[in-house]
Amino acid sequence: MRWRRSSGQSQRRRFGCLPILALVVVAIVLALAILLRPQPLPQAQSLPANHLRTEVVQLRPVAAFASIANPQARSIALFEEAGRVIQHPRCMNCHPRTDRPTQTDAMRPHMPWVTRGTDDAGAQTLRCATCHHDANFAASGVPGNPKWRLAPIEMAWQGKTLGQICRQILDPPRAHMNREQLLHHMTEDELVGWAWHPGGQRTPAPGTQAEFGALIKAWLDTGGKCPA
Amino acid sequence: MRFSLSINGRIHHVDEDGQTPLLWVLRDTLKLTGTKYGCGVAQCGACTVHVDGQPMRSCSLALEAVSSAQIVTIEAVDGAETKAIQDAWVARDVPQCGFCQSGQVMSAVALLRAIPAPTDDDIDIAMSGNICRCATYNRIRAAIHDAAGRLGSGQS
Ligand code: FES
Ligand code: FES
Repeated sequence: MRWRRSSGQSQRRRFGCLPILALVVVAIVLALAILLRPQPLPQAQSLPANHLRTEVVQLRPVAAFASIANPQARSIALFEEAGRVIQHPRCMNCHPRTDRPTQTDAMRPHMPWVTRGTDDAGAQTLRCATCHHDANFAASGVPGNPKWRLAPIEMAWQGKTLGQICRQILDPPRAHMNREQLLHHMTEDELVGWAWHPGGQRTPAPGTQAEFGALIKAWLDTGGKCPA
Repeated sequence: MRFSLSINGRIHHVDEDGQTPLLWVLRDTLKLTGTKYGCGVAQCGACTVHVDGQPMRSCSLALEAVSSAQIVTIEAVDGAETKAIQDAWVARDVPQCGFCQSGQVMSAVALLRAIPAPTDDDIDIAMSGNICRCATYNRIRAAIHDAAGRLGSGQS
């Protein structure tokens, strides 16, 4: 016997396309309403501290020490002011007490893991010049200077007090220079000068190289006395 | 500005800003894509090339600083040390993902040219600027010793 569809009772109900269209329109309107509803604009936020441009820190000029009558005390005070540069991370990072430099204001170990080598400009197979060149390079953020290298180990400053550093830089065998050369190094040397133009987000040393040099000169002229 | 660069023994003329990193010029302008971009900030070593025989990070090297230099990239580095390193790398299956490896090879070749029979310390110092996310360091070290051995015994 041939199967036959029974009466219209069991037939599926059919929808016209109008209700479907209406549904789609409602869905689109709803989606647009959700997307385009008025929303508060994002608030401007301040940069995290490590992205803020550091403000320039001044050095006190030599004249500010004229009121100290005792020449010895004046000499020490002048050196202590210059010490704000000497003990700044821009200077200390390259005067390490080990064979490895440090970096950043936190003076953390240098990455990658480099060593000073025999000439303080890096190991034979991983020279400073692998990455550091004659000038700061903005694209990679790597600092540079034609003389880029570490201070010799005898000139290590890290871990020393300002008084110890003072006596060390006045001691030619450890300083590798006499007073005249020391003054020249501090006031004219371009690698020392890099500390005030470190590039990138690095904090420059306080003041200017000229102001620092004037403090060093005034300190030497007053007998080059050292803090305890 | 126009620069003439000597790369892999050929002169290439490029017209780019002098402050463009060499790595960008190699990869984007000259399509020498064997040299890899890992970090762009001289931390990983993936971009190592030889500049006048010295390994250097091309991401930290301005185009204008190398216009009179001889540049060699992974595509053309050759010689006994390269052959020894290549063979040792294959024999030891050194690469994993391989991304760091052109830089590793450039540093390893330069190491063997400078120190033909390096100690573990020499290898650590020379290779410490080359990072490998797959941590193939032990195999790199073993392969450098193998390559040095083969060079020393004249097999390469
Ligand atoms: S890309 Fe140049 S060191 Fe990472
Ligand atoms: S092999 Fe994958 S990063 Fe070195």
